[in-house]
Amino acid sequence: MKIAISAAGQNKESILDRRFGRCDYFLIFDTETGEYKAMGNNGVSSGGGAGIAAASQVIDENVSAVISGSVGPNAFELLEKADIKVYKCEELPIFNVVEMFQKNELLQVNIAGNAHNGMK
Amino acid sequence: MNIAILSGKGGTGKTTVSTNLAMTLGVSYVDCDVEEPNGFIFLNPSILKSEDVFVEFPVIDNKKCVLCGACAKVCQFNSLAKAGKEIVVFQKLCHDCGACKLVCKTGALSYSKRSIGKLETGISKDIICHRGILNVGEPMAVPVIRNLLGGLSKEDHFIDCPPGTSCNVVTSLKYADAAILVTEPSEFGLHDLKMAVELVKIYNIPYGIIINKDDGTENMVKRYCTENKISLLGTIPYSMEAAALYSKGIMLCDDEFHREIFINTAEKIKEAFAW
Repeated sequence: MKIAISAAGQNKESILDRRFGRCDYFLIFDTETGEYKAMGNNGVSSGGGAGIAAASQVIDENVSAVISGSVGPNAFELLEKADIKVYKCEELPIFNVVEMFQKNELLQVNIAGNAHNGMK
Repeated sequence: MNIAILSGKGGTGKTTVSTNLAMTLGVSYVDCDVEEPNGFIFLNPSILKSEDVFVEFPVIDNKKCVLCGACAKVCQFNSLAKAGKEIVVFQKLCHDCGACKLVCKTGALSYSKRSIGKLETGISKDIICHRGILNVGEPMAVPVIRNLLGGLSKEDHFIDCPPGTSCNVVTSLKYADAAILVTEPSEFGLHDLKMAVELVKIYNIPYGIIINKDDGTENMVKRYCTENKISLLGTIPYSMEAAALYSKGIMLCDDEFHREIFINTAEKIKEAFAW
């Protein structure tokens, strides 16, 4: 299965970025093969609707889950409609995050976080 | 002639200057600070007319939509997104540009409208007063400002602008024939004044400066005016009395000392703008 993680850098040693819409990168991980790729987040350069741009981008990647610190209401609505599960995680190295996800140690989020949380 | 009153920094006295000049000269007043219009608190006009301001937003006909996602891709404001078996519309992000309808090949897209604020017209001691009000929670003020200023008569108006140098001020200035920049002799006042001057220069309209809360010395704003050859149209002294009148919602021009200041300033404005 493919998962998207909001990240501060482009490799698996990078730290998870707690912001979803305004994170610098998404790491798209294939949990079966262990392969991953990094992509710049389109939301970073959005004047408004960053979370929507970011959610659209991970939806296009056909991921089944998103791991981030906080996903705002607009992005959450889109991910929910696209049947993508959202998991919450602290600022840990990405390889750690993936491990925790595979051991089922991450908390699944069922309600959206605050809007504009990433602007703080 | 439409004279815009702007400042850069907020709280320097745009509304004080524009309401008092309007009253002193018997010229119409327009409050463009639609996110928090406060001019009517001082002018207290009786409202003659109120109308809603509408913007359009896309509506998707799910029977015709083939989920190609072209509308979402073309939208520069992330107002549309494809998620699962649906195109989701975020109404408040729509800038009403029309691009989504242009790219929709199946005719699944049409527009509906919603109210984002209103325009009010009133009268206070023979002065016509207009203002725009943006509904609380609405992110876009420009359509309200555009409706407000686009509907003005050919007569003279003082346009009380929003603070800053954002889209809201840029839009307001498009309707101005001259500009008055109100500032205060503080570092913040001067810093933001410089930004406002840079903005006004783009429009090639005559402009001048009024110093509010003036300390009476050869301060940094006066030096800036001299160095940059910008006309100083007037000064309003820093005083407890002015603050006390303001706090009660009393117009400064109802006070003899201040009326004199606004009469003199008005003369200078007429001269500077060949009005």
